[in-house]
Amino acid sequence: MQNEMILAGFGGQGVLLIGKMLAYAGMKEGKEVSWLPSYGPEMRGGTCNCTVVVSDKPVGSPVVKSPNIMIALNRPSLDKFEPSVRPEGILLINSSLIDRKAERKDVDVLYVRANEVAIECGSPKAANMVALGALVGKTGMVGVESVKAAIAKTFEGKEKIIQLNYKALERGVAIGKGEAQ
Amino acid sequence: MAKLLMKGAEAIGEAAIAADCRLFFGYPITPQNEIPEYMSLRLPQVGGTFVQAESEVAASNMLYGAGGSGARVFTSSSSPGISLMMEALSYLAGAEVPVVIVNIMRAGPGLGGILPAQADYFQATKGGGHGDYRCIVLAPWSVQDAADLIMDAFDLADFYRNPVLMIGDALIAQMMEPVEIREGRKPCKPLAPKDWATTGNKGRKPNIINSLILDPEDLERHNRRLKAKFDSMERDEVRWASYNTDGDYDILIAAYGTPARVCLTAVNELKEKGVNVGLFRPITLWPFPYAPLREKAKKAKAVLTVELSTGQMVEDVRTAVCEDLPVHFYGRQGGILVTPDEVVEQVTALLGGARPKGARKGGKA
Amino acid sequence: MSELTVFKRPEALLPVTMHYCPGCTHGISHRLVAEALDELGLRERTVGVAPVGCSVLAYDYFNCDFHEASHGRAPAVATGIKRARPDLIVFTYQGDGDLASIGMAEIVHAANRGEKITVIFVNNAIYGMTGGQMAPTTMPGQVATTCPLGRDTNLAGFPIRMAELLSALVTPAFIARGSLHSPLEVVKTKALIKRAFQYQREGTCFSLVECLSTCPTNWGITPTDSLKWLEENMLPYYPLGIKKTPEGKEA
Repeated sequence: MQNEMILAGFGGQGVLLIGKMLAYAGMKEGKEVSWLPSYGPEMRGGTCNCTVVVSDKPVGSPVVKSPNIMIALNRPSLDKFEPSVRPEGILLINSSLIDRKAERKDVDVLYVRANEVAIECGSPKAANMVALGALVGKTGMVGVESVKAAIAKTFEGKEKIIQLNYKALERGVAIGKGEAQ
Repeated sequence: MAKLLMKGAEAIGEAAIAADCRLFFGYPITPQNEIPEYMSLRLPQVGGTFVQAESEVAASNMLYGAGGSGARVFTSSSSPGISLMMEALSYLAGAEVPVVIVNIMRAGPGLGGILPAQADYFQATKGGGHGDYRCIVLAPWSVQDAADLIMDAFDLADFYRNPVLMIGDALIAQMMEPVEIREGRKPCKPLAPKDWATTGNKGRKPNIINSLILDPEDLERHNRRLKAKFDSMERDEVRWASYNTDGDYDILIAAYGTPARVCLTAVNELKEKGVNVGLFRPITLWPFPYAPLREKAKKAKAVLTVELSTGQMVEDVRTAVCEDLPVHFYGRQGGILVTPDEVVEQVTALLGGARPKGARKGGKA
Repeated sequence: MSELTVFKRPEALLPVTMHYCPGCTHGISHRLVAEALDELGLRERTVGVAPVGCSVLAYDYFNCDFHEASHGRAPAVATGIKRARPDLIVFTYQGDGDLASIGMAEIVHAANRGEKITVIFVNNAIYGMTGGQMAPTTMPGQVATTCPLGRDTNLAGFPIRMAELLSALVTPAFIARGSLHSPLEVVKTKALIKRAFQYQREGTCFSLVECLSTCPTNWGITPTDSLKWLEENMLPYYPLGIKKTPEGKEA
């Protein structure tokens, strides 16, 4: 099984970070992974995205034109990448910030109120974790514990932030599994 | 050591440290800034020194001085900056000073753009600087490969007393992959003490690091001695890899760096459809693996070269296969990457006898 | 009969004949550097960096390790050596075309980083080795092969006073200008050079001594007239003295 994902949003929403966490969690489970950021002008506050591949076999191309999974944390990202998602792929939309529905009918769309849920967890900054959790809950591509290990490593020594992110992640997982909204 | 998830740029820096390099001189340029940034943090932690030079010209000449005094030293830059280092590269080769230079290639010519490209192949393999010289040119295709190859680069540089280049498209520096830094590994070449270095001439005659030889007879002798050294590199240092070449195949793809991975994905996709295509990946761009490529091309009816340029390595591919079979070219420029689908399309068209869209016409060399 | 040695070759110079033209002052400045290294006991841990210019072959004359740099890059090469081996004494020996023209960026930034090196800057107001072209230090009105009617300051600007320019930087430790046109000034310049190496030995940062020098061949006058020309034309424009010390300004 090979998951090829594009995660996109505004600079500052933390899409690069959740991409790294996915890659780290995959690596921890012995999977082959790659993480590739967009760089250049996008780095300076505009939209930004990264491509993550998590696979059972060595990663060939780290560049993905048609992902089977796409996370859009903002509207420009959805507009840009929605057409590229493979048929029967997964499209995760941050409905807190995106005021439209998906146009594609041939993909599995998951709407996640990422910002609202994050605020309920204690910080709007954790919206990316809600989205990550939802993706992990939906696909099971990596274990929740592996993602938690990535969170603990990223925020080493900052216990409060770790707990906040765990909470946001778990809320996301429940949404992804269809157990919550 | 456990695998770490690292950016290529950081892995290159960490591997250089593991190869006992404690000096870095560099100048900022996108898309390789993560290398000097990483070194500026890490080197002081391991008793090393990082200097941000005033230019690539200065950085490369700092390498010249440090390498001349016997230290392991490297720099990294990207295409326009590498052009500025060509002066020093010529002196380094002429004066036989071992250093390592990493080029994280962006699209050109001129300022070009900051996205990945492979358009510096000629500069790296065919000269770049003035005079008769050669450099071993290593081309990694993954973060692990980059970490492994830069460690070898230091050994090769020291063994031959010659600069060694490692060139990667921008993806090599920018992407993160699991990597194992092979601490305490054995050098890939036997290393002699650097008794030629400028270390103070206590109890011996002065050591001189120099490329100025005004007597024509002496300079010709020097040139011939260097040539013999370059010949020995050609004989002993050719590196390459091939994939899916055990069985039969009609098309052999030749590619290096990240595009080779894209091609491998295409090869695997084609295999699932029952189409066998071989992949040949030069790891040393100089010395180029002419003979192994020719051997692998024997089974094929055509070769397809894929590059992020308008066609540079393809000239060496043509030289390798001589007039045995047609060599086609497919490339993207400007920082646009080749995709697996495009490669599949190219191969399919070639197998169907049609000239693929966007492909350069193949022909006898 | 007993012998008394009153003059001998410094140990830091090799017993070879130099290629410099008659009346050229490079021989003097080489000797001053060599004497300083001898007197301070530094020769065996010294690495010199030679420039491109008349003194390109300096490595053939000094009895210490040497590194031949490309044009203008000696301060960068010296930076590399000193950073790799801080225990070594590293000096560059550069002319005015090398240091003040093509190597302007390298000298300014080596000085500004405070590299612990010593720079011997030989200013003879002209390109020597390439055959007498205009240098950044060529005097207004001075004839050179690329300003055959004399340096026109409207087109080429005024000569660069390197010692003063570098003294404007905060970092460098010791910057001074001496001259080689008379025995008295030679002795004074020797003291400056020795002091510059002393600072390096003590680990103090960047030191530079500019030595006003002659080029009879390319100036097209006799060696004796050259000394006089230097005194009359260069001295008023390039004031001698210590420009900057680690301790602060010095009279």
